[in-house]
Amino acid sequence: MMRAMRQSLAAYGFLFPWLIGLLVLTLGSFMFSIYLAFTNYDLISSPTWAGVSNFKSLFSDHLFYTSLKVTLLYVVVSVPLRLIFSLLVAALLNQEIAGIGIYRVIFYIPSLIGTSVGVAIMWQNIFSRNGLFNLILQSIGMAHPPAWVSDPQYAIYVLVLLSIWQFGSEMIIFLAGLKQIPDSLYEAAAIDGANRLNQFFHVTLPMLTPMIFFNLVMGTINAFMVFTQGFVITHGGPINSTMFYVLYLYKQGFEYFHMGYAAAMSIVLLVIVGVFAGFLFLTSKFWVHYEGEEGGK
Amino acid sequence: MKRRPKPIKLLVIHVIMIILSIIIIYPILWMLFASFKPMTEIFSSASLLPKHWTLEHYTAGWQGVGGYTFTTFFRNSLILSVLVVIGSLFISTLTGFAFARLKFKLRSLLFMFMLMTMMLPMQITLIPQYIIFHKLGWVNTFLPLVVPSFVGVSITPFFIFLMVQFVRGLPKELDEAATIDGCNTLQLFLRIILPLSKPALITVSIFAFYWTWDDFFSQLIYLNNPDKFTVSTGLNMFLDNSGNSQWGDLFAMSILSILPVIILFLFLQKHFVKGIATTGMKG
Repeated sequence: MMRAMRQSLAAYGFLFPWLIGLLVLTLGSFMFSIYLAFTNYDLISSPTWAGVSNFKSLFSDHLFYTSLKVTLLYVVVSVPLRLIFSLLVAALLNQEIAGIGIYRVIFYIPSLIGTSVGVAIMWQNIFSRNGLFNLILQSIGMAHPPAWVSDPQYAIYVLVLLSIWQFGSEMIIFLAGLKQIPDSLYEAAAIDGANRLNQFFHVTLPMLTPMIFFNLVMGTINAFMVFTQGFVITHGGPINSTMFYVLYLYKQGFEYFHMGYAAAMSIVLLVIVGVFAGFLFLTSKFWVHYEGEEGGK
Repeated sequence: MKRRPKPIKLLVIHVIMIILSIIIIYPILWMLFASFKPMTEIFSSASLLPKHWTLEHYTAGWQGVGGYTFTTFFRNSLILSVLVVIGSLFISTLTGFAFARLKFKLRSLLFMFMLMTMMLPMQITLIPQYIIFHKLGWVNTFLPLVVPSFVGVSITPFFIFLMVQFVRGLPKELDEAATIDGCNTLQLFLRIILPLSKPALITVSIFAFYWTWDDFFSQLIYLNNPDKFTVSTGLNMFLDNSGNSQWGDLFAMSILSILPVIILFLFLQKHFVKGIATTGMKG
């Protein structure tokens, strides 16, 4: 009994810094955020109670809907494409081929630096009117290519492409997952007459579902938080076509100092991301297979 | 699972991979070589190699904007990243050890909280945290960027999780033997667990370093004065203040900004791969 208590005490000693962070910066901030959402606050004068007015103006703010639409488009297009792409490349790489190490290094480098400002500058230039991409298009005979980043129709897809370019970290997770699939499963499938394609859909894919699920959840959350690309490359434009949700939140909070409004926005964002993640978790029991699970198909 | 493919299939795979590699790496190589091209050459051809090599973009770019040079930005980024590495090591080892090895009340509840903070994006608590740090007078110092890592907030939940997984993998008999030898919990942590955790500590350090180096959002929010700017915010200021004639300088500084991370990766590849695979798979 004494020993158990002593260990409990020691544990809380070890956890002390983390507990402060949890209580003040995470839970405390979260409560504070809810309070702020119901106030008007500009950082200088004290917050004044505003009731639900922030939420009311939010739901009649057309830029809020624009930012939501832009972000949803970005999430729905970039996350699945990036997943499929990383999965395909991982499946191709998971063979006994020479030089796999070099390919892996090259494919991983973009995800290492992809969210940095340096790469944003590079991307902006490549997809500008006179950038590298158009030089290439012109050299293969396309006379008047669009000015990608400054064209409201295409700007968002330039940023989607930047996200897909960073498929390397997902690919590494898939490669690690592929290595864990026992040969015996493939041998058994081959004896049952399954060809390579059948094996992929009935052995490889089901065995990879935990990694697919993880990448899907984390990829979705991260895509909702996209900021740097929209801020540096397009400044949210042209005509708000890349006004991501967090970018708009940043503008409300740190350009107009509408702290209450920004707090309300962050709560709405949490609810939206929560709904998405919750939906993925709920559906996961129908399609995610965990090893050692009995009777799983 | 590895299978040896037939020669023709092998050739097809190599061709696909080589084409893909070229497409993926071409933008970076293009920027690298463009940074050595005279201004007139940058936008005139898609060819990779410069006809005339020049270092002028590096010398001119390094001068930065308005008297703030990249010496300042690199120094700030380096200081900040190192401090966050220290904070990450501190919090991930203490917390990871407690969750992996010690029994205490509320353990499963607190562990659940830990997993939740891993999924909770910093953007959600950004506004209240900013107000707290603003009231403390910490805005425009490194404190709001460093202190959270010492108390397990911002990027560190991933590292705590990584440490929990790692320490759980160490044989439990070590603890028993150490306890019989008269070690208390602190000695067990310092003398047994920490030295054995070296691989995990390296992984944590690498990720803490490069995530901080690449970070832009929180540095943009908390650092207002150019003398506190990092490479990320310095580059952003440079971009805002430069005309079309300065693309070469921007490329040169962008290349320098991503170089440390790429070098780190090339030398410590194994740790990168392991870090992604362990936090990734067990999530």
